[in-house]
Amino acid sequence: MRRQLVDVATCRSGDKGNLLDLSLMMPDAAAYAVVSAQVTSAAVARHLAPWADGPVARYELPRLCALKFVVDGALDGGAAASLRVDNLGKTLGAALLRLEIDWPDDGPARPRF
Amino acid sequence: MTAVRMGGGLGFYGDSHDPALELITAGDVQYVGFDHLAELTLAILAKDRARDPRLGFARDLIPLLRDLWPAARAHGVRLISNAGGLNPWAAARAAAEVARTVGIEAVIGVVVGDDVMGQLPAVCWTDGGDEPDRVPVFANAYLGAAPIQQALAGGADLVITGRVADSALFLGAAAHAWGWDLADAHPSAAAIQRLAAAAVAGHLLECSGQVTGGNHSGDWRHIEGLDHIGYPIAELDADGRLTITKVTGSGGRVSVDTVREQLLYEVHNPARYLTPDVTVDLTEVELQREGADRVAVRGVRGHARPGRYKVLAGYRQGFLGQGVVGFSWPDALEKAQAAAAIIERQAAARGLSPHPPRAEYLGVSAFHGPLAPAADPAGTNEVYLRMALPTDSRAQAEAFSRLFPPLALSGPPTASGFFGVDRVRELFAAKSGTIARHAVDEAVAVVVRPAARFLDGG
Repeated sequence: MRRQLVDVATCRSGDKGNLLDLSLMMPDAAAYAVVSAQVTSAAVARHLAPWADGPVARYELPRLCALKFVVDGALDGGAAASLRVDNLGKTLGAALLRLEIDWPDDGPARPRF
Repeated sequence: MTAVRMGGGLGFYGDSHDPALELITAGDVQYVGFDHLAELTLAILAKDRARDPRLGFARDLIPLLRDLWPAARAHGVRLISNAGGLNPWAAARAAAEVARTVGIEAVIGVVVGDDVMGQLPAVCWTDGGDEPDRVPVFANAYLGAAPIQQALAGGADLVITGRVADSALFLGAAAHAWGWDLADAHPSAAAIQRLAAAAVAGHLLECSGQVTGGNHSGDWRHIEGLDHIGYPIAELDADGRLTITKVTGSGGRVSVDTVREQLLYEVHNPARYLTPDVTVDLTEVELQREGADRVAVRGVRGHARPGRYKVLAGYRQGFLGQGVVGFSWPDALEKAQAAAAIIERQAAARGLSPHPPRAEYLGVSAFHGPLAPAADPAGTNEVYLRMALPTDSRAQAEAFSRLFPPLALSGPPTASGFFGVDRVRELFAAKSGTIARHAVDEAVAVVVRPAARFLDGG
């Protein structure tokens, strides 16, 4: 079945210059395994294409059941230069949670949030 | 003392310092650190300084000290703040005025030398290099914890710095408490691990409520008491064992999830989180619940500190004019779009900018744009139009903002909910790079004096 990340993970975004820094956090190792297999840097770059033109770096934190993504060119020149109402990109972590992935029918239960 | 206890008292210029009072009076802390400086806060401070040479520091320092300093002196809590911004001397004088006004005797330590405007040719630019080669508004190195440790060793009750790494505000306190040698360029593996744990403590404290349940993407619904949120406390022992907690009875929550979220916040590569004092590796970290609102942070590792300091420079980039107006059902989105077209034509006819304005529809797609599902045009109850125009001059930006109120009588129907004419914002671009440590360290100075002596001309 297809599921949006919002059903299986949480995300907080931050900024440094024109870089968007995303932390994608899963509730347990089983969810981490499913998500990390599919949410590649290419998948994130494709998903966020309307917002970011730069490359996406991905970092794995299996012990913390989390992935980090650093998305270049995502903040319209950076918080102090951006014309966007969300100049800090505070809502772009939530935008990542709109991404759909394949979820095993007998996969881990959705988190409590 | 089995562990030094440090509190995070402020997360940005404009954050509330009220919860810091509770840290001081009921938190059993020895130090509270205050992070006033986001990346481009210095651009705001540069404007202040250009207007008045006695400014250029984060002015929320003044009410903060008025409210907190007497209690801090009474409880023996030492305060560390980067509110000095571009003008730590002026911040120290302002602090000394507060000490006189509220009637306390205190010792102030000032750290200067982060300004590298005079050393721009020595900076190796790594990011934002397409920025035209013009003079920045500010250029500062992110100093480490050593000068803070030095100020505390000199007896400062209040340490005021300019730009330092956020974590250094706390690492400096820990280094003073445990007598760590920060000058050693080749520390032992055990020393590096301690430094890394202290840097993580600082990182977890620097954003105030963001580790105690604020802006938490997880179980936010069930986090109680954000109206009286407790700011974080780090307990750090001499070997770098770290626990995060908060004052008992305060609002918010310290859980494995809230700590994990702040631990990873803005670190970029978690295997190489760069600070001037140590390179931190978070990949082996484990978080363990130790009790109510107590989380232990284990497995922090580190590598030698980078050979160079990070530098951030800011450049003027014109102005931003903006306007906001709401429209009601029926056809709310269509009306907002019609208003946007009117404003765009008016801006073009007046030659306000070579660029078109940006139009966003709040309540429909402003935050997620094309990633958000299309709104039901008939069913949308109301839509706010927000437009932004980059201009060369402040006057052009103001003229753009003034295009909005007339929509009330001369635009599509039901225009409402004006918030007045929006303030113009000055825009800044940033460029970052690195500079050799020794080039900066030669200019770093730490001055510790009784507060009253800062009033004698400094």
